[in-house]
Amino acid sequence: MIDLGPFLLSFKLAGVTTLILFVIALPLSWYLSQTESRSKPVLEALTALPIVLPPSVLGFYILIVLSPNSAVGGFFEDLFGVKLVFTFTGLVVASCFYSLPFMVQPLQSGFEALNKHMLEASYLAGKSKLQTVWYVALPNIKPSLITALIITFAHTVGEFGVVLMVGGSIPGETKVASVAIYEMVEVMEYGQAHIYSAIMVLMSFMVLMAVYIFNHKQKKIGIL
Amino acid sequence: MIHLDIHKVLHGSQGEMNLDVKLEIQKGEFIALMGESGSGKTTLLRILAGLEKAEGKIEVENVFWMGEKKMLACQERQIGFVFQDYALFENMTVEQNLLFVKDDKALALKLLALTELNELASRNVKSLSGGQKQRVSLCRAMMNKPKLLLMDEPLSSLDAKMRVKLQNEIVKLHKEFGTTTIMVSHDTEASYTLADRILVLDQGKVIKDGAKDKILQKVTTTTYSL
Repeated sequence: MIDLGPFLLSFKLAGVTTLILFVIALPLSWYLSQTESRSKPVLEALTALPIVLPPSVLGFYILIVLSPNSAVGGFFEDLFGVKLVFTFTGLVVASCFYSLPFMVQPLQSGFEALNKHMLEASYLAGKSKLQTVWYVALPNIKPSLITALIITFAHTVGEFGVVLMVGGSIPGETKVASVAIYEMVEVMEYGQAHIYSAIMVLMSFMVLMAVYIFNHKQKKIGIL
Repeated sequence: MIHLDIHKVLHGSQGEMNLDVKLEIQKGEFIALMGESGSGKTTLLRILAGLEKAEGKIEVENVFWMGEKKMLACQERQIGFVFQDYALFENMTVEQNLLFVKDDKALALKLLALTELNELASRNVKSLSGGQKQRVSLCRAMMNKPKLLLMDEPLSSLDAKMRVKLQNEIVKLHKEFGTTTIMVSHDTEASYTLADRILVLDQGKVIKDGAKDKILQKVTTTTYSL
């Protein structure tokens, strides 16, 4: 019998992370797409860091920052009684750092490709920046928006290094699918590892195919 | 009455240039703003709309849109703007484009009827031709009953037949609403047909300003030159 617990935990982690990142990345990607400030390359480099950093490096620093001995970890534990390492909450925080570029970059590219006059027409119609983003910008970058949401979700489901360093492998709390596969291989349960891995491969393929089909359809609508 | 006294240093392809424009515009006047590319026409329009900053003052019907310390946001200026590339909201239908500006269905239907677009009201704007898009853009610009209508080369991307049609519709709307209008144009015929007054800008300065008959010379029965 396959234990679906790690998969459900992976989906829960990916869902919560995607939701939080959408809220954080929306203003950030909008700002990056509109600003001509000198701080832009610095912010872009910081946002893209998780793509190039080894997960162990990112995991190590997140572990240091979230540990109860640090100012941040200590603050949350003392004030709210929330432990940030080896807990699901800690995994969410780590995943938000790890998957940030996968949400920000597609949204930023989408916003940058928008016709600037269309946004100005909205301002001239008396609409605020928030109304313009919500009613004009976001609906006109649907392919980028769908890409950002799905790739962030899929990337979070597939993360391993950061999750292992920050969360360990506590069943029902931090033992996600990728960690479960690693443990199965360690104890030479290759049959189970095959099943888990095949599910991950199939799921990732389906998700990516859905994104490509959607974007292809959107392009066709655009041409027509 | 509109009083302008605008100064801005522009960095164009031919180096630095000072835009210095001092004007008085009567209510209901239709001005064609002409001049070579890079003379500052579009920048002047964008400054009036509040889309670009400048120094000086803009006073519209005793309200300062731009003063020494005050800069009224473009959202508060009650401007109608027709962009050269239409700039329609592509996620919306024709009617939604109009209602997004102001939730006034009666006015939207009136404008669509005036421009013979009523049958296209529920169509997505992406599926329209260039001429239809520009007419929707014109209707959208009129939705907030603007104090000032600004048009940046509205006819330039249209073929000859569609240009005449849009010209007629601009005349209709101007007669109906009497909106003070400034239109950037390279088209001397359209400027003669539509405008009361012609302004010619060169290197950021107004070099000609007067009634259309004084500024434009008749070449043939239908063509004019500066």
